[in-house]
Amino acid sequence: MHVESKIRTPLITGGKTLHDVSNDISRRVEDKPSVSWLIALGISLIMLLVGGYAVYRTLWDGIGMWGLNKTVGWAWDITNFVWWVGIGHAGTLISAILLLFRQRWRMSINRAAEAMTIFAVICAAMFPLLHMGRLWLGFFWALPLPNTYGSLWVNFASPLLWDVFAISTYFSVSLVFWYIGLIPDFATIRDRAVKAGRTISASIYGALSFGWDGAAKTWSRYETVALVLAGLATPLVLSVHTIVSMDFATSVIPGWHTTIFPPYFVAGAIFSGFAMVLTLLIITRKVYNLEDYITIKHLELMNIVIIVTGSIVGIAYITELFIAWYSGVEYEQYAFYNRVTGPYWWAYFSMMACNVVSPQLFWFKKIRTNIAATFIISIVVNIGMWFERFVIIVTSLHRDYIPSSWGMFYPTIYDVGMYLFSFGFFFTAYLLFSKYFPVINMAEVKSILKPTGETKKNK
Amino acid sequence: MSLGKDYIFKSQTKKQLLILFSLGILLTIVGIFMIINGDSHHEEVSNLASESSHYEFHWYQRFFSNLWINNVYFTGISVSAVFFLAIQYVAQAGWSAGLIRIPIAMGSWLPYAFILMLLVFGIANHDIFHWTHEYLYDVNDYRYDAIIDGKKAYLNVPFYLSRMILFFVIWYLLYIIIVKESDKEDVNGGETHWRKLFTISAVFVVVYAVTSSVAAWDWILSIDTHWFSTMIGWYVFASWWVSSLAFITLIVIALKENGNLDFINHSVIHDLGKFVFAFSVFWTYIWFSQYLLIYYAHIPEETIYYVERVKSGIYAPFFYLNLICNFFFPFLFLMTRASKRHTRFLKIACPIILFGHFIDFYLMVTPGVLKDNGGFGFMEIGVLVVYLSLFLFVVLRSLSSRRLVAKNHPMLEESLHHDV
Repeated sequence: MHVESKIRTPLITGGKTLHDVSNDISRRVEDKPSVSWLIALGISLIMLLVGGYAVYRTLWDGIGMWGLNKTVGWAWDITNFVWWVGIGHAGTLISAILLLFRQRWRMSINRAAEAMTIFAVICAAMFPLLHMGRLWLGFFWALPLPNTYGSLWVNFASPLLWDVFAISTYFSVSLVFWYIGLIPDFATIRDRAVKAGRTISASIYGALSFGWDGAAKTWSRYETVALVLAGLATPLVLSVHTIVSMDFATSVIPGWHTTIFPPYFVAGAIFSGFAMVLTLLIITRKVYNLEDYITIKHLELMNIVIIVTGSIVGIAYITELFIAWYSGVEYEQYAFYNRVTGPYWWAYFSMMACNVVSPQLFWFKKIRTNIAATFIISIVVNIGMWFERFVIIVTSLHRDYIPSSWGMFYPTIYDVGMYLFSFGFFFTAYLLFSKYFPVINMAEVKSILKPTGETKKNK
Repeated sequence: MSLGKDYIFKSQTKKQLLILFSLGILLTIVGIFMIINGDSHHEEVSNLASESSHYEFHWYQRFFSNLWINNVYFTGISVSAVFFLAIQYVAQAGWSAGLIRIPIAMGSWLPYAFILMLLVFGIANHDIFHWTHEYLYDVNDYRYDAIIDGKKAYLNVPFYLSRMILFFVIWYLLYIIIVKESDKEDVNGGETHWRKLFTISAVFVVVYAVTSSVAAWDWILSIDTHWFSTMIGWYVFASWWVSSLAFITLIVIALKENGNLDFINHSVIHDLGKFVFAFSVFWTYIWFSQYLLIYYAHIPEETIYYVERVKSGIYAPFFYLNLICNFFFPFLFLMTRASKRHTRFLKIACPIILFGHFIDFYLMVTPGVLKDNGGFGFMEIGVLVVYLSLFLFVVLRSLSSRRLVAKNHPMLEESLHHDV
């Protein structure tokens, strides 16, 4: 017997019935695309096209088109890479870790968050791939394939190679997890299409649903698979950003080599990921009238995750600063002194203000339950997390050991264009997803309607 | 439904603890005599060490080292139990509502821990903490140490002691407020106390997040005064946290078997088991991250920490034992669902994990304090047993001083019918 305490607030409001859930979510897929959606898609495609030119020039003329120089050999590209990978983490955290912690509020947001994960990981993968220059040779550089070049193998001791394995595994598992969750909902849409006599969409969604029959045995298999994948995804989500952090931390560069990096990067990733989920969902729920499914309570809980992870990141910043001073190592001390007071002080300041200070506003209930404030802070956090990676990467590199090698990084229009390209892709993919796929997991939401719905509480 | 029997601290149990305490004292004394007389193996090692490091080794240094290990270990278990309590309120957890009086009892060790900390630091600061020696900061002294002098703004006795006092005072104050509120809830019922507990708990979580890291710098990192690692704060936290979870689990099981907590069902036990399992893996993650990064970068200032442990005949076995007790064993043993649901498995796993984390603290403290004069014998076991008996005495006495179940906890029904 499952008992729910009376003081818990309902997760789904508006007295929804099972039928309402199917209706509210499926209707978005069945309706004709709205004008606002078409405009948004148009803008995204323009971003993709304009950014595509930067990608084309990078591929054709080489990465010399970027602002990198001999001293700062990694800058915008790797910043963007880490930023996007980090954003991806929230989806897996919501669907896997919150599943293990039995947090039912995940059910309204996991579908969109997982979709975001997949698109963000694709965006992330673009940057190291394009940084390879001749990426068509990437198979030989990144994958341990037996090859005709003799004993030429990939460098197994390099964390960059671990990244390849970690991210590709993570991507595959996330994709499978997301898709398996979609199957019963595709079947619902198929069944509705059959009933309404829309044969084309019935056959498309029928194929997508793999002939789901909704039998008890099928459901039982579905739940087993979900649990197994959640178990797999949990260590994966930790390992991905751990390994990303090791791209830096295994080196001997002051500012990069610090042992706190793995857990601190993971916390930062979840932090930025939740911020992006909030940004997307606040718009989605408004446009699709999903206020009863993604309630203020959901937003509030996500804001609490933002306070917690933002504060963890804040403690890590302070720890880094303190230990750099405490270590007595001149290089370490200088790296951090330069970070705070050097020519990139503004980046450091932005990082601190956006990541550590701004989330503290969520301690006030008024602010964390205010949609406009949440939306603004979620964007501020995303900006801050971009600066965090920029600060770590560029400020640690630009003052080389010999002052004659000191340099600065100035992005070119192609650096910006590449970033725009990833945004274009991300929004195009998210818009297509939110139109043609159900944005909320209907099957799971139906399962919590009874114990946590409003009608039940009122009785 | 009856909500269990309140715990009565029987004189029989007290007697058993007294026997345990005496046994610990006896073992410690035997240990001291063995060190003074010295078995041949240790003498050779210590002779070598005294030649190289120019100081005479005395048995009491090893004794002080042990006191410090246990001080930090049991303080951590106690304060992390309060953290567990706070987390339950902040997360509005329902499953644990039936057992929250156990972490409350464990927090009652804090004032005793505080006194022990002050006492041991007062007596043994020069023996445990190299940085407390005045001569290190005297430029004219041949033992002047520029690196340690650079840390003077942080590592000086007045500031160090004020931090220690501050942490304990804040921890204990917040703990007292939480306990008072929980007691009032028993009398008055209603939701207001629960909501207040939510707020105080949030404050405690923030305080703990900061102080646990700084305490780790003070009490652990500063022992190896030259060495540094940004991870150490979270590493100590991970070790404390798992130990605390294992201890809570053991007490819950003991009370359940004693008939006091009949209503705690297998699902609740399962959740505790999952916590112990998951955070054993978390500890390993933190351990491995720190080790790998230091190993990989191969910077002498950092690798020395592991060299002192892995390449030492005294400490190397414990280095591996640490990993076996705290990762390989719990990972394999607690992997299956059944082993987390059944008390007889947890009764094997939790004590091994608790001992494993004692070893973890032994490894963090001893090599830095005793160098090559360390060892593991009757004294280590003896002092641990003494502390354990005192800790249990304080915790059980506190447990018997109030109702065992927070009967007006608004989530209690969820805990009683918890089913996973």
